[in-house]
Parts: sequence; structure tokens; C-alpha cells
Amino acid sequence: MHASAPSELLVYTIGLFVAVLLTATSFWAANTTLLWPGGVFLGLAVLAIAQMGIHLVFFLHITSGPESTNNVLALAFGVLIVIVVIAGTMWIVADMNTNMMMPSGAPMSMRMQH
Amino acid sequence: MNIAVAIDQIPQDELPSASEAGPAPKRIVVAYGFWIFLLSDIIMFAALFASYAVLVRSTAGGPTGAQLFNQTTVAIETACLLVSSYTCGLMSLAINSRRYLRTYLGALITLVLGAMFLSLEIREFLGMIAIGAAPQRSAFLSAFFTLVGCHGLHVALGLIWLVVMMVQVAVFGFAARVQHRLLCFSLFWHALDIVWVGVFTVVYLMGVSS
Repeated sequence: MHASAPSELLVYTIGLFVAVLLTATSFWAANTTLLWPGGVFLGLAVLAIAQMGIHLVFFLHITSGPESTNNVLALAFGVLIVIVVIAGTMWIVADMNTNMMMPSGAPMSMRMQH
Repeated sequence: MNIAVAIDQIPQDELPSASEAGPAPKRIVVAYGFWIFLLSDIIMFAALFASYAVLVRSTAGGPTGAQLFNQTTVAIETACLLVSSYTCGLMSLAINSRRYLRTYLGALITLVLGAMFLSLEIREFLGMIAIGAAPQRSAFLSAFFTLVGCHGLHVALGLIWLVVMMVQVAVFGFAARVQHRLLCFSLFWHALDIVWVGVFTVVYLMGVSS
């Protein structure tokens, strides 16, 4: 498909429209009482990831075409590192938090062993 | 169908391999290199997000996010950045078709919206510091100011970069090297908007709703 000026304009406009829709839904979800608290958290996460995808496709023009193969591979590696950094940090620190919560009556020697 | 004709058609249908096509155009290579930089920048933001997520409950008896954040301000900031990302896209379309007036207009709107975002953020920070919610108050506030301030710093640098690029357009016109730099700028600006999606979701909306 040959990209001409009007169709590129349409791509940006669709991107803006969808992004506005997702942002508005995010703000609605944060303030609604219709969802249970865990659902709000999950919904916000899904909406944010969806909007990042919209930005990548419509604004940054990351496509599945042969020209952007290298870009997609680099993006995949970047996403992997981001997940490892965030999920790994939260996991490790949460684990350390639970291990620090020894009963206060426990002897000091037992604490030192951990 | 004649088999010789069919054989003749095969090589034309296939794309040339990388070695036959020669080096990729400069535009593709420049965008790829800058994309690698942007990904490394996003990984730095991921580290800041991780430290924020770990420290968000460590308020040390100080104010929590739900008490500090104003959703209206955040909504206006988000709208500014999103529309400026759109006008930045329109600017790059004008650059591709070499229209000076539309380029300057797109850059001007992007600049004004970016400056509005930045001034709202600075006002929010000053207001928080004025009521004693400074970065040294608690680990939560340190992480908050580091994460959101780092994004704001990127926006400020982007605005300076945009002004420099407009001067270059005025002096050099749409030379190839100027176009490559403008391409990098638009990638940078769109990537900042992606980071902001994470900021307003994780910091503000999750902070207010929980």
C-alpha cells in the first residue's frame, strides 16, 4: 500500500481518537464504584497497555512490514527487559518484606540465620 | 501457460535479499539507531517505575497519593501531551511534503501544548512542596518526584530541541540532515507520550483509586 498524505493524516487522527477514548475510559474506571477494587487495578493496567500499543502503531508507525523488522525485534527485547526489571524488582522486594516480618518475640539468633 | 514464462516471473515476484538491495536508506538507519536509544530510555523509566511501585506505601506518616493528587490537573496535562503528540505527527507530515507554514504551525502548537503541560506540572510540584510534601518527606515522595520529574525533564529537553530544530529549518531549509533530526524528534516526542501513559495510570489513577 502506498502511503499518501491524506491516508497518513487519517492514521494519526484515528490514533488520536482511540487514545482519547482509552484515556477517558481510564479516568472513568479510576472513579467508578461499579467495579470491585481489584477490577479497577486490572482494568487500568489493560487500558494503559492498550493505549501504549495504539501509540506504537498509529504514532510511531511500528508495523509488521519488512522495513520495521529490526524495530520490532528491538522493541520485543526492550519489552522483555522492562518486564524483567519491573516484575523482578517487585517480586524480590515483596519477598524480602515478608521475610523481614518475624514475630517480635523470636530470638535474635533465629533472625540472624535468615 | 508456457512454463518458460512462468519461470521468468518468479525472480520478479521475490524481494531482493538484504545483500542484493544494498545498504538501507539513511532514513531507516537513523530511525533504527534512535529507536534503540529510546528503548534504553524506556528501560531507565522502567527502573524508576519499579522503585516507585516498591516505595508507594512507604509514606513514613506523611501524605499519601490519594491526598495529594488532583485528577483535574492530571486530565488537562494528559490532554495537552496527547494533542501535542498529534500535532507533532501533523508537523512530520508537513515536513514530508515540504510545507514551511504547516511545519511552523505544527511546531508552534506542539511547543505551546508542551509548555502548558510543563507549567502545570511545575505548579503541581511547587504546590506539593508548599504544603510540606517535598521529596525529602518520605520514600514515596522521593520516588514520585524522581519518576514524574524525570519525565518532566525529558519534556523540557524536548521543547528546547524543538526550538533548535525550527531554527535549523529556518536556516537550512528541509535539508536531508535536518529532516533526519526532525524524524528523531518526532520519535522522541511520541515515546514521551507513551511514558506519560504509564505515569498517569500507575502514579495518578492507581494512586487515587486505591
